[in-house]
Amino acid sequence: MTSEPAIAVTGLRRSYGSHVVLDGIDLHVPEGTVLALLGPNGAGKTTAVRILSTLIRADAGEARICGHDVTRDPGRVRAAIGVTGQFSAVDDFLTGEENLVLMADLHHLGRAEGRRRAADLLRRFDLPGRQPAATYSGGMRRRLDLAMGLVGDPRVVFLDEPTTGLDPRSRRDMWQIVRDLAARGVTILLTTQYLEEADQLAGSIALLDRGRIVARGAPAELKRRVPGGHVELRFAGDEALTAAAATLGVAPDPDGEPLVLRVPGDGGVRSLRALLDRLDAARVEVDTLAVRTPGLDDVFLALTGRPTATNPGEVTAR
Amino acid sequence: MSHAIRDSATMLRRQLRHMWRNLPVVLMLLAVPIVFLLLFVYVLGGTLGDGLGGSGGRRAYVDYVTPGILLITVAGAVQGTAIAVALDMTQGIIARFRTMAIARTSVLTGHVLGSVLQVLLQLAVVLGVAVLVGFRPDATAVEWLAAAGLLTVTAVALVWLAVAMGLASGNPATASNLPMPLLLLPFFGSGFVPTESMPAGLRWFAEHQPFTPIMETLRGLLLGTPIGNSAVIALGWCAAIALGGYLWARALYNRERIR
Repeated sequence: MTSEPAIAVTGLRRSYGSHVVLDGIDLHVPEGTVLALLGPNGAGKTTAVRILSTLIRADAGEARICGHDVTRDPGRVRAAIGVTGQFSAVDDFLTGEENLVLMADLHHLGRAEGRRRAADLLRRFDLPGRQPAATYSGGMRRRLDLAMGLVGDPRVVFLDEPTTGLDPRSRRDMWQIVRDLAARGVTILLTTQYLEEADQLAGSIALLDRGRIVARGAPAELKRRVPGGHVELRFAGDEALTAAAATLGVAPDPDGEPLVLRVPGDGGVRSLRALLDRLDAARVEVDTLAVRTPGLDDVFLALTGRPTATNPGEVTAR
Repeated sequence: MSHAIRDSATMLRRQLRHMWRNLPVVLMLLAVPIVFLLLFVYVLGGTLGDGLGGSGGRRAYVDYVTPGILLITVAGAVQGTAIAVALDMTQGIIARFRTMAIARTSVLTGHVLGSVLQVLLQLAVVLGVAVLVGFRPDATAVEWLAAAGLLTVTAVALVWLAVAMGLASGNPATASNLPMPLLLLPFFGSGFVPTESMPAGLRWFAEHQPFTPIMETLRGLLLGTPIGNSAVIALGWCAAIALGGYLWARALYNRERIR
């Protein structure tokens, strides 16, 4: 293969009737990297994955996976990719192992090799092979789903909202699996509505809004463009609030919550300690403290001028 | 081509596992024709048998009705196929199959092969019960083979039609209703009473619908009644239904899906 990117997309468009879902998007994902397609529900993320995984056709534009055109050469594209959808694509009537062996058979791997790979994936993803998939928990189903996409050793993997609906622990397990996959040199395109997820997993982020890519760059770059990180201090009374405001040189927001002071900052341990030291020195008692990091909400607000329905990331300490 | 066969075999194995895990459903589908057989032989058979133009009573009627019951068996079983296909299409795994480099219609071929095997097994059981309640065919080995061949061809045709119906219905509830007319066709044909006994309009329909020549051919092969041109017409119908069902199913499966 030449130096062509693993995923190369130019001017991709798709509409359903008069509703434009993708309004000309460009993507370039170099081999062995992870790109996160970040956006709220209805932004067009799933449609993009469906076109790239040959499930549906684009109305216009070009998409090449490992050098193969998705429209003209879907067979070669299918042979190179693994897909994990938003809705788990497992066979409920089969056990975990049978699901994986089914995939191996469809990749024409042969009996022994198929069983070996199934056993390997069951171990790597911590799945009970003998149990019917219908009895799996949400996190297990998602892991099995991903494992099934990996049986054929794909060079490019599409993950459509891999952690939506998962509990925090399953989400972390999934993140680790994706990191391991990336470490093996697999090119990954993942869609997500969580900035934190994109931040954790992707080397670069493309922000999708109403069918257009409105921003792209490394996670840190993108977050720098977004204001909104601050420390939220809550006080027991007006006296403490006034004293703190004077000490820190920050005016309370007259339209905000009463007894709350918002101090701009990134919430790092060093700056937090400095902040609390200054308040201690001034003998100001803080009731509670919360660190607010910029979330998808803030990114959206900053880049599109419109809020989304998702919550910003939040860490609260008492 | 060899990939298509290999993928279809894989999908057949998947299908057989599904059937094994849904054994109660399979057994229920098997109960329908057996109940019909017992009902028509023991409750109605005495009277209907005398009406066949002899005084053979129940014994004559077992022989007469068995080919009709065999088609009821096929029609009932393909109802199960339509439901299974519709249910399968609601599973996420079908989308996964579409993103894989496999023979595209092998999912459907798997369903067809699995269902045909299931139909043949059910036919064997129903035929066994028929013999137990007095069915006495006088067929030679060659005639048995021909009858088995015709039943297989019929099964293939109706299964492809049922697969298309399952795809067209979009949900299991509709899928169980669409093939319902197939269960009625043996009644509106020569399955339970001779067509000569029907009023003119109905008789015309009964003599020109696909199930009648199939049943007449089976009757001829198993019991030695005249076959005439029924065999040719039966095979023609089967070929037409199979081809139509296959093309319809393929078109439905290949259309773009928007969930």
